[in-house]
Amino acid sequence: MRRAILILVPYLWLLALFLVPFAIVLKISLSDYNLSIPPYTPQMDFSNGWWQGVKDLFAAFDFENFIFLTEDDLYWKAYLSSLQIATISTLLTLMVGYPIAYGMARAPEQWRPTLMMLVILPFWTSFLIRVYAWKGILSTEGYLNQVLLGIGVIGEPLTILNTNVAVYIGIVYTYLPFMILPIYAALDKMDGSLLEAAEDLGCSRLSAFWLVTVPLSRNGIIAGSFLVFIPAVGEFVIPALLGGSETLMIGKVLYEEFFNNRDWPVASAVAVILLLILVIPIVLFQRNQQKQRESDG
Amino acid sequence: MPETKFEPWNDPNEKPLIEFRGVTKRFGTFTAIDNQSFDIYTKEFFALLGPSGCGKTTMMRMLAGFEAPTEGKILLGGKDIAPIPPNKREVNMMFQSYALFPHLSVWDNIAFGLKRDGKDKKAIAARVAEMLKLTRLEKFANRKPHQISGGQRQRVALARSLAKAPKLLLLDEPLGALDAKLRQDTQFELMDIQETTGTTFVIVTHDQEEAMTVASRVAVMDDGRVVQVDTPDRIYEDPNSTYVADFIGDVTILSGSVTPKDKGYELRFAEGQPTLYADSDLSLTDGQTGYLAIRPEKVAVSPEKPEDRRNALKGKILDIAYLGNLSTYHVELPTGQVVKAQTANTRRLANRPFSWEDEVWLSWSDSAAVLLER
Amino acid sequence: MIRLSWFNVTSLTLGFAFLYLPMLLLIIYSFNESQLVTVWAGFSTKWYGELLTNESYLDAAWVTLRVALVSSTIATILGTMAALVLIRAGRFIGRTLFSGMIYAPLVMPEVITGLSLLLLFIGIGLDRGVVTIILAHTTFSMCFVSVVVSSRLMTFDKSLEEAALDLGCSPFQAFRLVTLPIIAPSVISGWLLAFTLSLDDLVIASFAAGPSATTLPIKVWSSIRLGVSPEINALSTILIGIVAVGVISASLISKRTMLRQMAEEQAAERA
Repeated sequence: MRRAILILVPYLWLLALFLVPFAIVLKISLSDYNLSIPPYTPQMDFSNGWWQGVKDLFAAFDFENFIFLTEDDLYWKAYLSSLQIATISTLLTLMVGYPIAYGMARAPEQWRPTLMMLVILPFWTSFLIRVYAWKGILSTEGYLNQVLLGIGVIGEPLTILNTNVAVYIGIVYTYLPFMILPIYAALDKMDGSLLEAAEDLGCSRLSAFWLVTVPLSRNGIIAGSFLVFIPAVGEFVIPALLGGSETLMIGKVLYEEFFNNRDWPVASAVAVILLLILVIPIVLFQRNQQKQRESDG
Repeated sequence: MPETKFEPWNDPNEKPLIEFRGVTKRFGTFTAIDNQSFDIYTKEFFALLGPSGCGKTTMMRMLAGFEAPTEGKILLGGKDIAPIPPNKREVNMMFQSYALFPHLSVWDNIAFGLKRDGKDKKAIAARVAEMLKLTRLEKFANRKPHQISGGQRQRVALARSLAKAPKLLLLDEPLGALDAKLRQDTQFELMDIQETTGTTFVIVTHDQEEAMTVASRVAVMDDGRVVQVDTPDRIYEDPNSTYVADFIGDVTILSGSVTPKDKGYELRFAEGQPTLYADSDLSLTDGQTGYLAIRPEKVAVSPEKPEDRRNALKGKILDIAYLGNLSTYHVELPTGQVVKAQTANTRRLANRPFSWEDEVWLSWSDSAAVLLER
Repeated sequence: MIRLSWFNVTSLTLGFAFLYLPMLLLIIYSFNESQLVTVWAGFSTKWYGELLTNESYLDAAWVTLRVALVSSTIATILGTMAALVLIRAGRFIGRTLFSGMIYAPLVMPEVITGLSLLLLFIGIGLDRGVVTIILAHTTFSMCFVSVVVSSRLMTFDKSLEEAALDLGCSPFQAFRLVTLPIIAPSVISGWLLAFTLSLDDLVIASFAAGPSATTLPIKVWSSIRLGVSPEINALSTILIGIVAVGVISASLISKRTMLRQMAEEQAAERA
């Protein structure tokens, strides 16, 4: 009896507030745009009975929103450019994060908890504020240009804010802890004598790094990359704050479609496709985690 | 009045405390316990001994109530315990990991079970004090489990499981986490406490020495079956199978066809080797295969063939393991078989009579070796 | 022998500079006299004064705090239940769907979660306001709580619960007297995580909030879209300060307890 309550309470909550909302998104994505409130038809109409209502609903479904998405290249471009920006940012985050994780794992034992805390601390501070901080740095009259102009590296201020470069910086900055922590965890577990054994067997330090360290931290690299890539694809705040008019990201398109154009059916169709795109990396990520758990015993 | 030996299993009027009646336990397709029946008597110190995976822990968890038999019955004081959940059983368990509650002090750990019974505060305090005294933990009552040593933790676990004065106390590898020296001391302490409290103890262990030291009777288990239940001395001197003989202590086993002779049998174990003789109560047919189990300490080593013994084999010393007080010789017979012999080192090393490659004679008396059917 | 090569020192220094310099600049320039954030014009705390007398920020802060307190508390209860279901309840019908619903929100883009919840609220005719933000935040943060708690439960020594049963506890008593006190730290960190997620959330809140309720992130968002403002710098400094003090003292406390515990364990073994 208690077990049933224990299962049912969180189960029903998630059904009502997670699964049902999705069903609604799916339903609206198959509905027609209408200048009314709410701005779509058909709505659930059970005045002719349950079954008739459901039948009418299905009869009125069509895929024209999805067809619309394929016809307007804004959406195609937005999906592709989201994937591209997420991929580039993930690689950049890996390049920045790996040396930090490596340095942490090689640091003296007593420093490590402090370093760890320093990596986690930004995660607790507001995401919005951390993105906002870059606005002051990257703007034309921002701190970066002030410094570069001051030391004479450049003669004219660089335009970084409101370009894709600013978006890359923003993503790398905000998601860096997600990359560092799994890689650090993998490197920290590694037995230091393995490197000594590799060197003893004739590896140079660099080849020992490539042949031993990197393969052993593979799971950390994969986990970290997914943890950056997946949320980056649907990112809204960073492109909206740091990106420019050229920056096309699907999260931003969805938000604007919904709030500015009030086209709910198209926004829902955008969401459904975004989800379908993300299912692949999510499943791959889960499989990687599963494998890791199994190999850890 | 002569002191009566504690042997309730030999008394037909004695009612057993625990009865296993055809108990089988299966996990999916895996059979952990295979149709087993045996009894445990009040005030016994009963050991379940076997290698890991032999089913001894499953046996104990069925007594505690964490597993239920798939078939058969377990009776406690004549009543089937299957319908009684673990929290209602008059059985307590001392866990291998001790399972001390890390957030509670030693005192609160010991009082935990008593509080569940709804006893009044005074009675609880008195009982906890008694348990602390019994396990010599009075000084540590207010400490948390992580603030005391491994040996002390072990005693807290014991005190906690004894506090409710259970009819039966189960001990799952109680000394496994202690180092060798501490383990020996604790074995005797356990025996003392068992005697003082008069509680029936069932201990699960894979350590044969431990089982032999503490138990009144030992059940040797293999692969879901109890192979032999007997007193420690009979398990050692009178094993009922080569499995038991081999599991307990050191042994050499020679097999061959048997022929009845005198009060026992003659065994022909190899071509060109003399036959061996052993007294035996077994009824074997002429020509049946028998197994002769010979304990090394019962084998004498001599440079010449002894005249007074019919069991004598010639061989060459292959290895000598010097253990200080004892030396074990591995003697290779011309057939390639190796027989172990052990002698006490009563003389200094320099005067040791035998060396590697020496030709020696091994011999033992008619009653020294045990003939086994399987 | 572990030693820090110049390479490791450099990468750590640059890495942490990258992580902390932006926030440091933000803090420094919050004490800037000038209206122009990027031009230093002398030390001043006037933006703090303006911020603290600005009713709309204070109102938003109050709404945010209420939402965070309520949603994180409900999320902790639901998330802990969900963790117990995942780790302890064994098999039941729809288990796969259940664990899917627990893990999906962790990787779901916020725009989708927000959109779907908004459509639900409109569909059932629920007026958007504090209640809908609380519902939305509870739903996604309970999943984070359940991941934190279930990872603790996975390493929980089951024999502790068995010992409690053996000593006469009912299963519910065993949970209340033994399991819960031991997993309490993970439940508390789950609560803290849910609380911060709620404080921090912009996207889901802007879908779920109506005109009647504005949270601090929504307020901040509407003013920083246009550009940088010294008031926001001051607000950021206050928020960063609170988090820094909180996280650093929490980790110092846990480090002290750990060291003391280790010292006590060693002392106990020596005795």
